[in-house]
Amino acid sequence: MFTRIFQQLFKNLFSNVATNPFPAVHMPPSLTDALSNPDAIKPPIPVGERFRGKLRYDRAKCIGCKLCMRVCPANATDFVPEEKKIIIHNDKCCFCAQCTEICPVKCLTMSGEFAMSSYDRKGNITKDSGAAVAGA
Amino acid sequence: MSTTYKVPIGPVHVGLKEPVTAWLTLDGERIMDAKLRLGAIHRGIEFMARERNPIQVIYLSERICGICSFSHVLAFIRAIEDLSAIKVPPRGQYIRSLVLELERIHSHILWSGVACYSIGFDSAFHLGMEMRERVMDLLELLTGNRVNYGVATFGGVRWDITPEFAKATRDMIKFYRREFTPFRDIVMEDPIAQARMRGVGVLTKEEAVRYSAVGPVARASGLRVDLRKSSPYEAYSDMPVEPVVPQDYFGAAHGDVLDRFAVRVLEVYQSLDLLEKILDGLPDGPFVAETNLNKVLASLKKAEGVGWGIIEAPRGDDTHIVSLKGGEDNVLWWKVRAPTYASAVSWPLMFRGNELADAPLIINSLDPCVSCMERTLTTNAHGDSNIITKQELIKRCREKTDTLRARGGETR
Ligand code: SF4
Ligand code: SF4
Repeated sequence: MFTRIFQQLFKNLFSNVATNPFPAVHMPPSLTDALSNPDAIKPPIPVGERFRGKLRYDRAKCIGCKLCMRVCPANATDFVPEEKKIIIHNDKCCFCAQCTEICPVKCLTMSGEFAMSSYDRKGNITKDSGAAVAGA
Repeated sequence: MSTTYKVPIGPVHVGLKEPVTAWLTLDGERIMDAKLRLGAIHRGIEFMARERNPIQVIYLSERICGICSFSHVLAFIRAIEDLSAIKVPPRGQYIRSLVLELERIHSHILWSGVACYSIGFDSAFHLGMEMRERVMDLLELLTGNRVNYGVATFGGVRWDITPEFAKATRDMIKFYRREFTPFRDIVMEDPIAQARMRGVGVLTKEEAVRYSAVGPVARASGLRVDLRKSSPYEAYSDMPVEPVVPQDYFGAAHGDVLDRFAVRVLEVYQSLDLLEKILDGLPDGPFVAETNLNKVLASLKKAEGVGWGIIEAPRGDDTHIVSLKGGEDNVLWWKVRAPTYASAVSWPLMFRGNELADAPLIINSLDPCVSCMERTLTTNAHGDSNIITKQELIKRCREKTDTLRARGGETR
């Protein structure tokens, strides 16, 4: 029986692949090894201009006003009273960018970085990422 | 000897997207009775809101649902705006409607794909998923991320529409008008798909009224209900929205799964038309009333009262009621009534007389969002649930406090 789907399937034979290819050319024997060698990995499609990824924090510019903590829905920022600066727990952050909006000196910005899962919670804390690079 | 069997579907089942258990009483393959058991995914979001200020709760409300996240955000924001009398500039209203329609398209196409998957029509499922990518790209272009857009805020939206985005939207509308029709025809004209969905999971018009079904489920049963028409909000007051009901297109409403499929698919076209109207009528001017968040927070701290926000989410009426207390930063209380909760009452009716193999399809035909729906949970120390009244709860609380006091420990 020739139904409408066959027309579509036939059309699909001649159209491009819809998905982004698997990160590696062949299935590697060990995925962990393969992922630690960035050259072997096909690059992911770039993120959009407004993408909200991992926070960048320009520590030198921060004035310690704690406003970012007031609006953070995930309580992802902690204040270090001795230094009057904040630290950001990236594992808690939900990437709402609310803190970047309220910061009076704009020392918080969203980067395009998204691959940040790790087993190490303590290592996943941003203390300082330096001055923001334009276009990054 | 009894000839009926009891079979559970879920809470974890390949055919289900979210955990919900249906205990089915079977006579052979036929479902005689069904009992829904919920409570596997309650998260206590309202409780978390009580230690957060309204700006923080925006993002919390966004996490109620991953698919209709913007609907929940908007219902919450409208509730707060209702009580604090924040005015939204027209451009902000139009952008909100635009995101709502984009979200509806994305939700309905996703559901249509999953419905095909539920009947084993995997080619159409993949086609649906491919279709959906286009609107996801657009949402990403406007808001930066694919889910949890974070685009709404009190008094408007956070990001404006760029000319580039407007052009991309018009391209998308053209794309869907051209490419979505084959998908619709592939499923709706397919004799096997018809056989699997026609007459399955029927909810009659009278039952839909009696058990207060909402959204596409109610419309598929022939009810002309749509909040965008009956109580227009945002930009919908400028553009008439006619509820999509099957009798207008096919002559009669059966209230079965095929009708629910048809309603959702036809609503995609309706949303495309609305998007076009929104883009054509997009007013100039500011898109948010107040950009200084400190001022917003300060004014919300002063606000007091109860506010309501009700909107037509992709699955039906989404109601949020919020209360703020003057002088307090945090939300006093917050009540969410997700559309699935209203429609879920009719679930057991839909199972009657159907075959066991159709059970996942019937569950999915509601487009259930179980995590939206589960707003309260009652449980006892043994892990099973029983219902207690308010008086009983207060009595138990007092008893517990007394025992703790008697022990000389902290009362908390
Ligand atoms: S992006 Fe949002 S969740 Fe993350 S630190 Fe900033 S305010 Fe908190
Ligand atoms: S709002 Fe900005 S300046 Fe203030 S504490 Fe946060 S990061 Fe520092």
